[in-house]
Amino acid sequence: MSRRTLLRGTALGAGAVTLPALLTACGDGPGGDKNEVTVGSNSSDAVPKAAFAQAFKAYEKESDKRVKVNTTEHNEFQQNITRYLQGSPDNVFMWFAGYRMQYFAEKGLLVEISDVWKGFRGFSQALRDQSTHDGKQYFVPYYYYPWAVFHRKSLFEKQGYEQAGNWDQFIALAKKMHKDGIPVAFCDKDGWPAMGTFDYIDLRLNGYDFHKRLMAGEEAWTDRKVKKVFDLWRELMPYYQKGALGRTWEEAGQGLQRRRTGMAVFGMPHPGSQFPEGERDDIDFFAFPEIDPQYGQDAVEAPIDGFLVPKKSRNVEGAKDFMKWLGTAEAEDAYLKGDPNNVAVNEDADTSKYSPLQKKSAELVAEAKQISQFLDRDTRPDFAQTVMIKALQDFIDDPKDVDGLCNRIERQKKDIFSTSVS
Amino acid sequence: MPQNTARRAGRRTTRRFTRRDIAVLGALLGLPVLLDVLIVWGPALASVGLSFTSWDGIGDIHWVGGDNYENLVQDYPAFWPAVRHNLLWIAFLGLVATPFGLLLAVLIDRGIRFSRFYQSVIYLPVVLSLAVVGFMAQLLLGTDQGVVNTVLGNEQDPVDWLGDSDINLWMMMLAASWRHTGYVMILYLAGLKSVDPELKEAAAIDGANERQTFFRVTFPTLRPVNVIVGVITVIEALRAFDIVYAVNKGRNGLELLSVLITDNIIGEASRIGFGSAIAVVLLGVSLGFIVTFLVQELRGAREK
Repeated sequence: MSRRTLLRGTALGAGAVTLPALLTACGDGPGGDKNEVTVGSNSSDAVPKAAFAQAFKAYEKESDKRVKVNTTEHNEFQQNITRYLQGSPDNVFMWFAGYRMQYFAEKGLLVEISDVWKGFRGFSQALRDQSTHDGKQYFVPYYYYPWAVFHRKSLFEKQGYEQAGNWDQFIALAKKMHKDGIPVAFCDKDGWPAMGTFDYIDLRLNGYDFHKRLMAGEEAWTDRKVKKVFDLWRELMPYYQKGALGRTWEEAGQGLQRRRTGMAVFGMPHPGSQFPEGERDDIDFFAFPEIDPQYGQDAVEAPIDGFLVPKKSRNVEGAKDFMKWLGTAEAEDAYLKGDPNNVAVNEDADTSKYSPLQKKSAELVAEAKQISQFLDRDTRPDFAQTVMIKALQDFIDDPKDVDGLCNRIERQKKDIFSTSVS
Repeated sequence: MPQNTARRAGRRTTRRFTRRDIAVLGALLGLPVLLDVLIVWGPALASVGLSFTSWDGIGDIHWVGGDNYENLVQDYPAFWPAVRHNLLWIAFLGLVATPFGLLLAVLIDRGIRFSRFYQSVIYLPVVLSLAVVGFMAQLLLGTDQGVVNTVLGNEQDPVDWLGDSDINLWMMMLAASWRHTGYVMILYLAGLKSVDPELKEAAAIDGANERQTFFRVTFPTLRPVNVIVGVITVIEALRAFDIVYAVNKGRNGLELLSVLITDNIIGEASRIGFGSAIAVVLLGVSLGFIVTFLVQELRGAREK
């Protein structure tokens, strides 16, 4: 073979390798088909994935349109969301209510769906608020799950434990459990489960309004009120199981199921998905205990998941039609048939098939005066991601240095909140 | 046809290159250079530029001067631990894992029994990605369900191998060394095979013992391999990202500069300017190490 054929061969070979990649990079994705709605899904776990498939099938039957689901592993979905929305997103995508939604609305990455909302019935004002930014709606809520103190009914009966109504009872209960060799479950390897406890202590001690302002960056983290939250939390620390920073929420849920731990501050799906089906009736919960009678147990932390339309959606008409259906009680029923770990947001949804746990959850939220989302859904994502995860892990690692911790959070908060969102 | 071209090419030895040759060569050499500039140096310089701005990846870019660096050094609690950990990784791989790999290579090279077997077993982890090594480490070291704690039987008071920030970094460096050692061993084995046995014989005749032979004769002849191994060690240490990210997202005791960059740049709300500032620090550290190392090694080689 001569030098030139070799060169030519190499050049052709190189072209053959790179060209298709370049071509696909330039090509348009699908999306012209008006009879197909594509959904960007972050429901990669088996149970919700199957439940969503059931729900979407119900829509296909009713509308004779096709629904195509593109599922991404949920952490990955979350990490890439900004680029996803700016690239070529699906017609509809799954996301969270509250600040997490408002952030993208503020950035102009969402399609306003106030017209779709006009036809909705069965949504409370609190839900409407969670779907609204600047007076316009962008979000269709689909289900929620409350956070509370979860435990095994049978274990409480056997050990003679009583559900705690206030902080002193709660500490006494934790102390008793610890003495019995079944400590309070705790985990924060994932970086977020501990946020639930912080939220609840803050909500009970300082009230919903303060919590909301704190999350919005309007209150100082060096405030006595915040330090008191950490001080109270520290009272609970000795009774936690050891090694929280090396434990995932799945492991903590399994520990609860195996009766190795007594109770855990969790969201409903966390113990729910770690208990085998036959034992799910044994899960019970009580609302996070009262700390200041002034605020009682008014606020409930209940993250809401739902659907949005990205600005770059190629089939806004189809997306809106789909959203219209997703806002109905039947749509929620279709989903909840397959997933017993969440609760419908629509008041007209069929609750007759609810498990006792779902019924109790629905009551808890219905009686709530305020609904908060979750720390990472109630504040700026950049603040939650780069500051709060590490701060709470530092606190768990060394609960003594509260002053230093609060100073560090406040300094970083100022840096981050000094840049505006829009 | 090939023969034909060959003859034609042969006849034209006086002319260096035809225009087509130049075009083809230009394309083949020029494209990689262009890609290198576009894909490697362009973004690197862009990062330097972006590090003086505040940008969330969607809206406008604001010039903020040195604010990012100031925040980084003063207010970002993860920064200094990350720098410390990065240096610790380099030290650990360089002073423990790499010498250990060399030791194994020497032992195997001396032709102990089953050396082929050891060779393949020790090399095996190299085919795994560091992320996979991280997952395996979690199976071994998990608090409640890990193999090690199960064997230790310390259910009441489990050792928190992955969560305790005093221990987890060392565990991760050990796990990474498991892979790194095999890599280094293979490189040194290849090097040792090429050392002329006559050199060793001559040293033996001159009365050198085995240690002297190795450090005075064999090791210096391995200089080219040393350069490669040194550079690989530094690079491996600096990009030790996968393993800590697989274990706990590089938090709580496993902070590394590369993790902080990812944390700030990738995600729902990116702090691209701030993340770029960290990236520039990492670039500086890498260049510092690699350049010093190469200059030293090359200068040493010239003096020989």
